[in-house]
Amino acid sequence: MNAPAFLAVIVAVLAVGLAVTRVLDNQYYYFAAYVVLQYVVLATAWNILGGYTGYVNFGTPAFFALGAYTAVVLIRSVKAPLGVQLLAGAVVSGLLGLALGYLTLRLRGVFFSIATLALAVVLQTLFVNWNYTGGARGIALTRPATAALFGSYVQFLFVVMLGLAALAVATAWWIERSWVGRGLAAIRDNEEAAECMGVPTLRLKLLATTVSGVLMGLAGAPFPYYVTFVEPVSVFDLNYAVNSLAMPMIGGTTTWVGPVIGAVLLGTAQQIATVTISSALNLLLVGLILVAFVILAPEGIVGLVQRLTRRSAGRAGA
Amino acid sequence: MIALDLLLNALAAGILLGGFYAAVSLGIAVAFGLLDIVNIAHPVFVMLGAYVAYIMNLRYGFDPILTGLLFTPVFYALGVVLYRIYYVSFERKGAESLRGLVFFFGILFIVEVSLLLAFGVDYRMVEARYVGESIKIGPVGIAFRLLVPFVVGVALTGALYLFLSRTFYGRAIQAVAQDSFALRLMGANPFKVKDVAFGLAIATAALAGALLIMIGPVEPAMNREYIGRVFAVTVLGGMGSIGGTLVAALILGIAESLTSTFYGPSWAVAVSFGILLLALAVRPSGLFGR
Repeated sequence: MNAPAFLAVIVAVLAVGLAVTRVLDNQYYYFAAYVVLQYVVLATAWNILGGYTGYVNFGTPAFFALGAYTAVVLIRSVKAPLGVQLLAGAVVSGLLGLALGYLTLRLRGVFFSIATLALAVVLQTLFVNWNYTGGARGIALTRPATAALFGSYVQFLFVVMLGLAALAVATAWWIERSWVGRGLAAIRDNEEAAECMGVPTLRLKLLATTVSGVLMGLAGAPFPYYVTFVEPVSVFDLNYAVNSLAMPMIGGTTTWVGPVIGAVLLGTAQQIATVTISSALNLLLVGLILVAFVILAPEGIVGLVQRLTRRSAGRAGA
Repeated sequence: MIALDLLLNALAAGILLGGFYAAVSLGIAVAFGLLDIVNIAHPVFVMLGAYVAYIMNLRYGFDPILTGLLFTPVFYALGVVLYRIYYVSFERKGAESLRGLVFFFGILFIVEVSLLLAFGVDYRMVEARYVGESIKIGPVGIAFRLLVPFVVGVALTGALYLFLSRTFYGRAIQAVAQDSFALRLMGANPFKVKDVAFGLAIATAALAGALLIMIGPVEPAMNREYIGRVFAVTVLGGMGSIGGTLVAALILGIAESLTSTFYGPSWAVAVSFGILLLALAVRPSGLFGR
């Protein structure tokens, strides 16, 4: 997809999202769509590090929660508006991402992944013990009753998350198309060889971890106003780690479309399953689908489609 | 001298806890340290072992240790099946490390959610005559619910050490870890050896789970705390050295016990992950690395 077409799609999606808020009044749809869009951001962010660069991050909850807790601190201390919360959440999680990037100097492959999991648990322990943000008991917040130009605050949050999703996807799209993406792919395929060929591996890795962290922090920052109750167990939930990795794996990790497809499919399926079946059963489903895909279709849906079209193209050519 | 009493008690509890941590970590020491299989789901199999002990205790009044021993063959079979799936899907294609990691992460999630569906989030525990007892040596009180897991854990470690160093199969497993290509030249099949080794690794989870539920009540999500612990112990112990695993487990047990005594139990979980991060960053080959 070339740049004008891509931009047109992004603008069209944003316009449709805005138009929907003028027509649809049922609040449930906004609550549900918010979660799906949040997963689009998280999955895309994960994929920039995991899919493009080949560093598997189990620490999504750490970045997400850091964004959320930054917002909590700002709400409690100065009643900062949402824009400030987003900015601060992005900066704080981005800094954590930068630190994680330096960790890749010592740790690669499996050890890196285990370290990210450790990071999430250490951070969770810190927040469990920090009373200012509610500690283990959690903290209740009141979201503003209304937002200017919007019917309800949840509608406003939905539009914000839609904008963040567009931002995340556009970032991934840009990375993929630029020298950055090619450098990251070189790191994924063979880091030593890339370094020898003059690819600035450390700088690129720092960029990837930081961008990934910023986007995850952005996804977490509106969360306190969305749930209005923040406590460590639910913000540091392992589901975020599993979902943000399962969605790109299922969609396909090599392009920006993969995480979006995975997040929309899996996210929507989970929203429906939570309402119709049960939330525990739908998590079981996610696990099973993830394992099935990683065994049977490691290239994900995008890879499957590509294989099918290539085969039919080959047949037409012969 | 209350502080000294406190310190001695914390040390004793830490050592006992360490023996138990060794039992939980053995499976990872073998699977990850020796076979290079990142079985991040090992702690969840320990949870499975704990729930098996719980059911057998509740329904038939079985002693948890007895259940643990009885179910080692079942867990061994489970391990063999899991390894074969892993082998066919990843190892044979040479795509093991990262995708294999994601595979085990998925398994972890499936088993955890299944336990959640079956037993809910309530804490479960076992009853046995000796669980509530304790003895006192000077100022130090030693609870049987910690002493028994310590003894069984150390015995299990010893048994595994003897198996790996004295028997044909044990030596074959160590040979796979060193150079599986050379092993193939010697006429042995690395796949078969790893099959047995991974089966054994999961089999230890049956017993470790029984010990876990003896120490305290369990709930399904608890396995995550143990991911940090088992990997910290394995990395610190030098990736597959059984003796090193025991020493590292004792260090971790003492560090956690001191932390929870003097700073509060809510900090104890971070200790293992802190040690892990530190070990990974400063000395990835561990204290007893090859």
